[in-house]
Amino acid sequence: MTIEKRTLKKEAVGEFINRLRAGQWQVVAPKKKDKQVTFGEISGAEDICQDYVQTTQSAKGVLFPRVEELFRYQMQENGAQILEREGPPQGTVIFGLRPCDAAAVAPLAAVFTWDYPDAPFKKRLAQTAIVAISCHQADEYCFCTSVGGSPGDTRGSDILLTRLSGGDYLAEIVTEKGKRLVELAADLFTVAPKEEKEKNLARVEKRFDAKKLAEKLPGFFDSPVWIEQSLRCLGCGACAYVCPACVCFDIQDEGNEKRGRRLRCWDSCGFSQFTLHTSGHNPRSVQSQRWRQRLMHKFSYQPDRLDVVGCVGCGRCSRACPVDMNLLEHLIQIAEG
Amino acid sequence: MSETKEKREAKDAAMAEESNIYRPYLMRLEKITDEAPGVKTFRLKFFDEDEGKNFTFKAGQFGEYSVFGEGETTFCIASSPTRTGYIECTFRQMGRVTTALANLEEGSVMGFRGPYGNTFPIDEWRGKNLLFIAGGIALPPMRCLIWNCLDLRDRFNDITILYGATNVANLVYKYELEEWAKRPDVKLVTTVDPGGETPEWKGQIGMVPPVLEKMAPASADTVAIVCGPPIMIKFTFPVLSKLGFTPENVFTTLENRMKCGVGKCGRCNVGKYFVCKDGPVFTFAQLKDLPPEY
Repeated sequence: MTIEKRTLKKEAVGEFINRLRAGQWQVVAPKKKDKQVTFGEISGAEDICQDYVQTTQSAKGVLFPRVEELFRYQMQENGAQILEREGPPQGTVIFGLRPCDAAAVAPLAAVFTWDYPDAPFKKRLAQTAIVAISCHQADEYCFCTSVGGSPGDTRGSDILLTRLSGGDYLAEIVTEKGKRLVELAADLFTVAPKEEKEKNLARVEKRFDAKKLAEKLPGFFDSPVWIEQSLRCLGCGACAYVCPACVCFDIQDEGNEKRGRRLRCWDSCGFSQFTLHTSGHNPRSVQSQRWRQRLMHKFSYQPDRLDVVGCVGCGRCSRACPVDMNLLEHLIQIAEG
Repeated sequence: MSETKEKREAKDAAMAEESNIYRPYLMRLEKITDEAPGVKTFRLKFFDEDEGKNFTFKAGQFGEYSVFGEGETTFCIASSPTRTGYIECTFRQMGRVTTALANLEEGSVMGFRGPYGNTFPIDEWRGKNLLFIAGGIALPPMRCLIWNCLDLRDRFNDITILYGATNVANLVYKYELEEWAKRPDVKLVTTVDPGGETPEWKGQIGMVPPVLEKMAPASADTVAIVCGPPIMIKFTFPVLSKLGFTPENVFTTLENRMKCGVGKCGRCNVGKYFVCKDGPVFTFAQLKDLPPEY
């Protein structure tokens, strides 16, 4: 559909949230928690924190929870029973996330739906609506424009709000799902503002070209650059745990021989045991190989196989890294190398 | 005709949309066979008869076997698709899940999901000679293929099997090795590493690559299938090459660590290829172009 433009007054945001909640939507938004801003369920607009460049964690957990039950099992006298959660998950609106986080739905969906469709993910995706807010500020870690995004990018959003100079919002209704949300509060979405969107957006300079990088990377497989860049990597996996586009997971059982559940848990390709065979053999036995895998997977394999870049340039990995490995700098080094 | 096919595909797709791909079939452990120290074969039957009847797979495919409460582990299906009504797996007790498996008794309930991965192109092998080369615990993934080909014996020309293990005790499927040795339409050569022989041992003594070189099988119209530890594969291919085998005619099956089996969990990839989706069966021609991540 073509994008429809409206105005959402700053005073009307709270009422919009109330109407969503009254419409049986759970609303998840950035909240202040000690010194961090992170996503959680809110009961009203007053819970929302918009004073941040980037949340510590992304909103990925709504679609792909850190720990997710795949099924429960219960042993019986003659056999066993496998119990799955019935019915769809509760409808959730993710409100106030950045456009980069909204764009991260594409790489997640690409992995979860290519070939074998992943029902747990698909069900959550169908029940999730995204109302993003454009970035009016950015920092030196942001690089969305280098991977195809922008501070006012509408991709992945059902509605994109952009704060205008007076504090009111330009509302861009991007999808049918977004339209259904607006219908819950049609009176709040008034005629489109005259003010331009562009001048209210943060500026993020494009530092490299993801397409050219993808073409270049296969030739870099045996490059010493991976060793040089990863010498100080601790293999802690923080980068993967804050990444909105990382999908790698583990499957583990919790319980005993009588009853329990099988879980899917986030994992990281940076961990030394990630690919360790039971024989002791490890195809990616040193950290430089694992660092190469991380970058290759996102910037070469996924563009090649799934036609999507596995990175949205949010910069969280670099902000979270305890030894200050800066993804943007490392990518520029390869792109210009 | 095409419309029915389309309808069926649409129905299958709709089913797949709704079903949880991580939900395993419930299996009953029908029979346990001790193969070698720490190595067992399980025969598994589907609890649900309909699921059992509808289940099909092809040689080369694998599955995720689970002990509830302990987790899942990945093995190739070791029985032949020509033998229906059950599946078999052979494993060595090594880690947490295989230890839990080894502790199960006949009649126990376990989980299985699959079949996953690609298959050996046996339809393209009609009229050819087949040379199977296996080492140690890598005979199980090949046993599925061997029985598949033996059950369709008239489709192939000569069938030769070379199987080696570190010592006599570690040879798996001893009862089947005897059966193959007696068959006039199979040439079986068994070997154990030097020092691994017993006084009664009548087979060869030596590692697989030199024994293969001595056997010098003809490469014309022959497909070689090689399964074994990485070190064996590394030294076997140069011998095959010397014997005139082209990389396109040498097949193997890779075994990287897996969790999902369906191309999502992100750990079994070799470069941009997933062993679980693009493999586990690869030709040496394909492997030559892949980075050494296996």
